[in-house]
Amino acid sequence: MILAGRRRSDRMRDTRAMKGDVHDAERARRFRDAALPHLDEIYTLARYLLRNTADADDAVQECYLRALKHFDTFRGGAIRPWLFAIVRNVCRSNYARRGFSDEEPSEAALPLWVEAQETPEAQVLRQRDEESIRKMVSELPGQFREAIVLREVNDLSYQEIAEVVGTPVGTVMSRLARARAMLRAAWLAAEKEGGDDL
Amino acid sequence: MTCEEARVLLHALIDGELDAGHAREVENHIANCPECASALAHYQELRQTLRSANLRYAAPDALRSRIEAAIPVPATRVPMQTRRSLLQGFALGTAMSAIAATGIVFFVVRSVQDERILGDVVSAHLRSLQAEHLTDVLSTDQHTVKPWFNGKLPVAPPVPDLTTQGFTLLGGRLDYIDGKPVAALVYRRRVHIINLFVAASQNLDRAPGRGGEMIQGFSVQEWTDQGLRFIAISDIGADELQEFRRKFEAAAVSSN
Repeated sequence: MILAGRRRSDRMRDTRAMKGDVHDAERARRFRDAALPHLDEIYTLARYLLRNTADADDAVQECYLRALKHFDTFRGGAIRPWLFAIVRNVCRSNYARRGFSDEEPSEAALPLWVEAQETPEAQVLRQRDEESIRKMVSELPGQFREAIVLREVNDLSYQEIAEVVGTPVGTVMSRLARARAMLRAAWLAAEKEGGDDL
Repeated sequence: MTCEEARVLLHALIDGELDAGHAREVENHIANCPECASALAHYQELRQTLRSANLRYAAPDALRSRIEAAIPVPATRVPMQTRRSLLQGFALGTAMSAIAATGIVFFVVRSVQDERILGDVVSAHLRSLQAEHLTDVLSTDQHTVKPWFNGKLPVAPPVPDLTTQGFTLLGGRLDYIDGKPVAALVYRRRVHIINLFVAASQNLDRAPGRGGEMIQGFSVQEWTDQGLRFIAISDIGADELQEFRRKFEAAAVSSN
């Protein structure tokens, strides 16, 4: 696919005047400068969405190829939401193609707050190591996982998250609310089960 | 406001996404509802914990190389001189036709230089993020950073400490804009880096009064003060960078 893309762009280049070459090089340079610094963040989202290193690698590479191809359609503004939206779409379509269905629980059925069973002291979340926090985030259902990763890990505003996932800002807010409720519940459950072992 | 509503809105409150009116409503509800107050406290704690943990993943080097190889530019950067002369040639062509079309010589020539300076500002900012060359002098102490520039530049940039105002000083370095040495002060806002370039104003001579703008997705603020030209660039929002400028200017005046 990469090869085919190259060949086509070669053909296109042949038919172009000098000015087109200058434009291509300049465009690629602008793309490189604008998009490459965000590689870790894009990769982070892909890792959380696909929960697998090899899949994340493929998705991120495809994201950058698509982004370069469509860089002309990017009209200024913040580039991060634009890149996040592309990698999210790649992840979703790859996931679907491989026959996975990312089952989404009905939002209204999810609680906004889980009361801890224990005394107030036990409600204080025990500090956990990064690996177990990553695991808890990874186990959230897809739409809540992406909301929490975009917000807490990649530090996007509600408006930017809304652009990336294509929902109104109010939906972003309620997904974050439920994502945090689920995380908190998972946290409390882990404490109850494993105590200090985890 | 019902508890149900408050339990959603309190997240926007924690995230600083509520306007003053709604924030007050949620705060009023929480002041009178111990359950929602407890939820707020717990979610704040959860958020703190998530934010202080490093939950990011680093892209593998092999992936980075594959992507770089797929972008049709030699992996080594086009030498500065070549690229600049190329750009100048290109810009001059545009400028010439514009001159022919409008006859407004002064403005056009000026704006070509403006674009070049802005292009350099963006490149310098990106280089600082990419090449692990953010700072030459790494210090959060303004009294270490400021004297470091002595003898390296013909100007002494103000280096105010803005930590208490939400912008942490990381250090400084020497950089080049438009072929001239400039001071680069580095501040941090949450996870975002702000580069502030400072030079004698005749060295960064741009059309005055530009204020804030967006270039390639970066916010840019520029201003002139006491013969110095300041250009700040970051991926934070335009309002936040404007806030940085305001605080920097205020602190620079009081430190003089």
